[in-house]
Amino acid sequence: MRLEVLSALLEREPSSDDLERIYRSLRLIRRAEEEIARIYPSDKIKSPVHLSIGQEAVAVGVCEALRPDDVVSPTYRGHAALLAKGGSLKGMMAELYGKATGLTGGKGGSMHLIDMSHNVLGASAVVGTTIPIAVGYALAFKRMKSTRVVAAFFGDGATEEGVFAESLNFASLHRLPVLFVCENNAYAIHTPIAKRWATDRLAERVASYGIPARRIDDGDVLEIRAQATAAVAPMRGREGGPHFLECRTYRWREHVGPNEDYDAGYRSRAELAPWQRNDQLERIGVLLAAGRRAAVDAAIECEIADAIAFAEGSPFPEREALFTDVFAG
Amino acid sequence: MSSPASNARLLSYVDALAEAVAQEMRRDASVFVFGCDVDDHKAIQGSTRGLVEEFGVERVFNTPLSEDAMAGVAIGAAMAGMRPIHVHIRMDFLMLCMNQLVNIAAKSRYMYGGQVKVPLVVRSVIGKSWGQGAQHSQGLHAMFMHVPGLKVVAPSNAHDAKGCLTAAIRDDNPVIFVEHRLLYYADAFVPEEPYEVPFGKARVCGAGGDVTMVGVSNMLVECLRARELLAEVGISAEVIDPISLVPLDIETIVRSVGRTGRLLVVDNAWTCCGASAEIVAGVAERAANGRPLQARRMGYAPVTCPTTPALEAEFYPDPAKIAHVAHAMVRPDATPWRPDRRHAELAYQMKFRGPF
Repeated sequence: MRLEVLSALLEREPSSDDLERIYRSLRLIRRAEEEIARIYPSDKIKSPVHLSIGQEAVAVGVCEALRPDDVVSPTYRGHAALLAKGGSLKGMMAELYGKATGLTGGKGGSMHLIDMSHNVLGASAVVGTTIPIAVGYALAFKRMKSTRVVAAFFGDGATEEGVFAESLNFASLHRLPVLFVCENNAYAIHTPIAKRWATDRLAERVASYGIPARRIDDGDVLEIRAQATAAVAPMRGREGGPHFLECRTYRWREHVGPNEDYDAGYRSRAELAPWQRNDQLERIGVLLAAGRRAAVDAAIECEIADAIAFAEGSPFPEREALFTDVFAG
Repeated sequence: MSSPASNARLLSYVDALAEAVAQEMRRDASVFVFGCDVDDHKAIQGSTRGLVEEFGVERVFNTPLSEDAMAGVAIGAAMAGMRPIHVHIRMDFLMLCMNQLVNIAAKSRYMYGGQVKVPLVVRSVIGKSWGQGAQHSQGLHAMFMHVPGLKVVAPSNAHDAKGCLTAAIRDDNPVIFVEHRLLYYADAFVPEEPYEVPFGKARVCGAGGDVTMVGVSNMLVECLRARELLAEVGISAEVIDPISLVPLDIETIVRSVGRTGRLLVVDNAWTCCGASAEIVAGVAERAANGRPLQARRMGYAPVTCPTTPALEAEFYPDPAKIAHVAHAMVRPDATPWRPDRRHAELAYQMKFRGPF
């Protein structure tokens, strides 16, 4: 085992400050999305929302391993990655409302969130499409002799796209600093993996490209954090090269929209139960002192209320904005 | 381009392309070139010749046959501040990049609210003759014209090839750069120093009062030859090179048609929903001078490109066919006139021998 990997593993035990930060991030995402779901029936948010509720641990665990100047590439189910990376909650909420103060001024909505001031790349509604974009960003970092890395998030469905294999090969060939993170929630929209994959040995497939690849089965946020940290450390070095994490997780709500869909027939509530028992938000929450936890919760409620008020109070874009930013310059 | 500048020398289209890239790479360290076969001994018919030797393997490199991902890599690198030139030896291969070009490159500036820019050049070569056939011959520029956010340029000569490629590399937007294989060995006077041919400015290449002919890419050359044939029978044609299709300088064409009342657009592509349709529609909507507009389009026959020369000759417009159509527009009551095809054959076409 390489020295930097070993030292990263030794540092995996989180401090109480670490735990509070992790809890804060998990809680912010959970509560922000619960609020989005609460507001959604009012039709104030006219944007297809793909909620991450239940999946927060992947984005939070991975972003724990990143520096502020590192880059994340989220998916259209991207609220979690954006917030975990420190992206603007106000800008995101205003964007969902279609307001001029939104992250893209009302041009992109929930599926095309971006926050370059926090190094969050833009998301795409076409599955798998952003994987090579992230690789290209990493190519630029390597050419600039930077130690920055890119974390590329994508779902299990994206691994079926040809561009996934093409991107892995190129990133490995050129030893690019990309952490590929598969958020495997077991469904592509409503279709389970058994109907889509000849085998579920995804990490083995990836490893055959010469990419260190690991699978984390239980959504353990501290394990994801530790594995991501261990992967990122050597990526910053001269040899660099990509790493891959398959993080099994579970989407608690419907594919798109604010509701549950266990009555739709394609999955059962019994399948959800172990994931809810294993809820990382609660698991980390009970590790905090009650007073600290309550203070974090209260601060988050204020932050979300501020963001909603900001979104509701912001103006819609002027008509002239329709024609801005077709071209740069 | 008609009168050579003092420092201009005769240079072929292909050498002009290579010179533009080399000069920009010397000027700007963020420019790099990649694509299938850019660094091999054939160097994309010579258009990337000498680049890897001068700039090294980090800035000039071959790629796996993964056009989809490589287009994405180019876009990602561009967003990160580099200026990639992604090279495709055949425009047909751009179909493998469509998702990235249409869904990301074209839209990023807009759908990400101006937070990123994508300074990307996509070089692509249209093939013709020597049995290029169905999938090595397509001019697909109209597909890209359709999508807001992409610039599309199709220079017809070495001077514009260098100037447009220089401008494309310096542009902060994705530019689909359309080259034609048969133009590669055509010479023009090309200044030695770097210069830009601005997009959105058409050039009147030959004045005339009877009919306006617009030629796209190599069809500009064929229109110029047709103009000579028409002159022999006393018809004076004005020939316009749009140079860039997005942005399109429709006003220059409208002004010309305002005088001639007749518009013939010849494209190296199919006419259906094509550049020729767009140009005719753009002129018609602006109702040049209140005169009735007589308009015709010429392009590929509405079939897949065949390989045998016997059918290929029927597939493409050529100077004799163009002159025939223009003559019929100007003199509808005269006996149809068909110039001798051999008399109309073009040197640039005869220079080319296969296999590529």
